[in-house]
Amino acid sequence: MTERKPIIVVDALSARYDDDVILEDVSFEVYHGETFIIMGESGCGKSTLLKHMIGLHRPYQGRVVINGVDIFAAGDAELNNVRMDIGVLFQTAALFGSMTLADNVALPIREYMHLSPETVDLIVRMKLGMVNLAGYGNHLPSELSGGMRIRAGLARAMALDPRILFLDEPSAGLDPVTAAEIDILIKRVNEGMRTTMVIITQELESIFNIGSRVIMLDKKEKGIIAEGDPRELRDKSTDPRVVNFFRRRPMASEKKAVTAQNG
Amino acid sequence: MEDETRRGHGHTIRVKGKKGGEITFSVEGRIALDNIGVVMQAIKGLMDEMLPSKLTVDLSGLEYLDSAGALVLVEVENRARSASIPFRFANLSQETEGIMALLDRDAISMKPLVAGRGASGFIEEVGDVALGLSRDFVTFMTFLGELLIAVVYCVRHPRSLRWEDVFFYMKRAGVDGLPIVGLINLLLGFVIGIMASEQLSQYEFNVFLGSLVAIAMVKEFGPIMTAILVAGRSGSAFAAEIGTMKVNEEVDALVTMGFDPVRFLAVPKVLAMIIIVPVLTLYADFLGILGGLIVGVADLGLAPYTYFHEIPGSITIFDVLTSLVKTAVFALIISGIGCQKGFQARGGAEAVGKITTSAAVSAIFLIIIVDAAFAMVLKYLS
Repeated sequence: MTERKPIIVVDALSARYDDDVILEDVSFEVYHGETFIIMGESGCGKSTLLKHMIGLHRPYQGRVVINGVDIFAAGDAELNNVRMDIGVLFQTAALFGSMTLADNVALPIREYMHLSPETVDLIVRMKLGMVNLAGYGNHLPSELSGGMRIRAGLARAMALDPRILFLDEPSAGLDPVTAAEIDILIKRVNEGMRTTMVIITQELESIFNIGSRVIMLDKKEKGIIAEGDPRELRDKSTDPRVVNFFRRRPMASEKKAVTAQNG
Repeated sequence: MEDETRRGHGHTIRVKGKKGGEITFSVEGRIALDNIGVVMQAIKGLMDEMLPSKLTVDLSGLEYLDSAGALVLVEVENRARSASIPFRFANLSQETEGIMALLDRDAISMKPLVAGRGASGFIEEVGDVALGLSRDFVTFMTFLGELLIAVVYCVRHPRSLRWEDVFFYMKRAGVDGLPIVGLINLLLGFVIGIMASEQLSQYEFNVFLGSLVAIAMVKEFGPIMTAILVAGRSGSAFAAEIGTMKVNEEVDALVTMGFDPVRFLAVPKVLAMIIIVPVLTLYADFLGILGGLIVGVADLGLAPYTYFHEIPGSITIFDVLTSLVKTAVFALIISGIGCQKGFQARGGAEAVGKITTSAAVSAIFLIIIVDAAFAMVLKYLS
């Protein structure tokens, strides 16, 4: 499915919060149609990287190019075009609590497209059906379970049929069955629509199930320490940080701390 | 035989076949979210016009299709099938099939599991408001009881009170409110002075301007204006603060850790307000009287000494004390309602917005009622 054509280019990106350096000189490319995973321990800058990639935070240095447009140098019209071509699922789904699911999904369609209310209604029902939430259009987000909220968030992110979807820990905190359902959904959308997916996740199962390529970030390096096919990395990497991540084993220093704590 | 070609926004539909016979629509170009309305209209129009006995939709010329475009194709298929017209897609590419497979055809026609939330009627609204008011009264009384128990506990165990929080809220409601309370009351005293000076100067009673402004400010306007400002500034802030904690499950976390949320969150705020609002009122009274002085000196030509000279004779210590007691009750109402509304928050950001507004409105409403009650009681006492 994957064509070797970069749709996203992150070029020498450095990210800081005031004087706190989070990422230093990070470069990579995401290709059209792939499921690209960003993984790494907590606090290594995964969410920071994602927020820079979607233009919420301005990098200290470097560029993010989406569809050939440098999003931090682009004008408003150009940036708007890029924004219509990306969908974002936030970790908490970020659904608007005062709106029904149907209104949440319809919001971007009504804003950007001039379609009749009947057509919008039809599209909304189709989108909710795609994420297995048929019939839940009139529900409020507070009336749904965590997994359903994530799926509704995905339906909203896909409202305008974007070519790129950014998903921030879509299966975090979900039970294994619901997490597997989300993985299947992501895979179906990726294969059916050829949507490029950029996913932050720590779930090993998800990484192997859906990831076509991964990068691993590290807190101390403030950048990428491994890149490639997830299975190959698991089987062939000799970097202890990568090995430990895949084997769910704490690093030696942390192990010492735990042992000391346990007496 | 090619009969007709219709072109639109990035798409072309070629029609092959005769009216009433076997028809083929060849769809070319792109069908996406931005042109589905036009494509849908065009195909429906062609179907009504051509009345096919058998319909084939040829997709060999399709260049781009998104999920909304696939929806159009499904709709055409549904329309043909409901009219009992034999239907098939021809030359479906693998990609198109992939997108079509994502669509849940039952979902498109499925009715919502719950009915929509339409606007309720006037009678229903009135009933809802009445029920809401009675519920509010009961919950406020319950909360007042809990607050009282918590205050008694704090009196018996002074160390259990979070004094740093008390000082923090005294600063926030009191010191931070000085500029706005000062300005409003200075201008209020000024306005009362202007109104009074017109009447007094007609009867040469200019020397009583100070007494008039002082009585108005100390007995009524100082306490009530300060209370209204504090309700808007601090009462709603308390509701928003506790409400956000409530929806974020922080209040539940306190309970599981063994804290009494009322004692932990509400008592410091209520205590701080009961201490600081009367002080703020004294300051407001003083600024109001100064506002009157500006009119006295500039408009009536009074000496400051003359303006102030009549005031002690018209205002008694009893007046000042009752005014302060009244303000302390206002402070209890403002902070009590703010905290109680905060604990009532359920849901998300919208709920917090609602209770914040409701806290300020309810507090101001109750302040006016209690003020009227004080006015009647003090009239009989004096």
